[in-house]
Amino acid sequence: MKYIPDGLRRLWHRMGSPRWFYETTASWLPWLGGAAALLIAVGTVWGLAFAPPDYLQGDSFRIIYIHVPAAYLAQAGYILMAVCGVILLVWRMKLADMVMTAVAPIGAAFTFLALATGSIWGKPTWGTYWIWDARITSVLILLFLYLGIIGLRRAIERPEAAGRACAILAIVGVINIPIIKYSVDWWMTLHQPATFSVTSAPAMPPIMWVPLLLNVLGFNLLFAVSVIQGTRTEVLVRERRTRWVSELCLRERA
Amino acid sequence: MHPKRKQRLLIISVLIGGVGATAALVLNALNENINLFYPPDQIVAGLAPVDQRIRAGGIVVDGSVFREIGSMSVSFVISDLDGHDVPVTFEGILPNLFGEGQGIVATGRLGADGVFVASEVLAKHDENYMPTELAAMQGRKPPMGNQVNSDPGVSY
Repeated sequence: MKYIPDGLRRLWHRMGSPRWFYETTASWLPWLGGAAALLIAVGTVWGLAFAPPDYLQGDSFRIIYIHVPAAYLAQAGYILMAVCGVILLVWRMKLADMVMTAVAPIGAAFTFLALATGSIWGKPTWGTYWIWDARITSVLILLFLYLGIIGLRRAIERPEAAGRACAILAIVGVINIPIIKYSVDWWMTLHQPATFSVTSAPAMPPIMWVPLLLNVLGFNLLFAVSVIQGTRTEVLVRERRTRWVSELCLRERA
Repeated sequence: MHPKRKQRLLIISVLIGGVGATAALVLNALNENINLFYPPDQIVAGLAPVDQRIRAGGIVVDGSVFREIGSMSVSFVISDLDGHDVPVTFEGILPNLFGEGQGIVATGRLGADGVFVASEVLAKHDENYMPTELAAMQGRKPPMGNQVNSDPGVSY
């Protein structure tokens, strides 16, 4: 632990305080929300109206501008939940449990969006709305994992016990993430392999991928805003018996 | 790190490792069943079951698509572009993206004569995206859909 810079260590200790999180993030939301709206508006209008149609798919390829960011955040959200699970189990940090609670429905929504947009695109492109190939099935399992975590939390009455159970399920389920990522390489699937990778140039010209990049950034910020807002609500609910929350309520009412 | 936390972290690592190893073994054992389709080389080598509902996938060979005039039957050859070819017959409506040089996945039965009789044809899209103008400059053909060559003389 001695190699970790002091500033980072201080942040780590402060994050243990839900109150610190609540008070600090209040000023972030308008900026994050504004930037998200701007990026998504520019990226979507550019992608839908100005990017050229694909030579094979025509205009139906434009669903990529929603599908790719949604599918990416569906997986990133799950990893975030698993990381929070580890932090909760190892360091017993309450805030991690609150973030985990907030991510589950948001991640489920993005997963559903990815499946729905993929299905709508599949009909004109492949000729079918649904096929049980490895990619699509593993993403469906991701949706069920999210729903399972939401259900598990509701099923257990004591918040501490519910948090730990959800943490274990989130950690075990993270195995599904590399399966989703590599499903198109390991097995024969109808879904195509990745168009974008860290190591090689995108299989798409910039006039098509620049608006997609804007939407990916915008969706990231939208996800961040949603998770922060959800966590803030969770902080208030769980800390409702503390003094600082009652004082906050009194101030808001006045 | 606090020894208690170190222990918990160790338990979680073992949990992830164990579940990961289990998943790897299960997926490895189920490998054949997870593949959506048989590629042409496996069909040519006789690895695909005959007269059972299976899927076959490959690239539609250039100039191999023929439709009988006045009917919905169409025939073409799918290949892995590595010397393994499988003739396919199909009766019905092809997806819009169907075309020579495009990947497809067909559901149907492999006959004893080596001809694959398809009941459904799906188009497989690859990871490449390209604007129409750029594709035309590179001499790429637009998809054929159901507008395929007609030749009453050739049929499988």
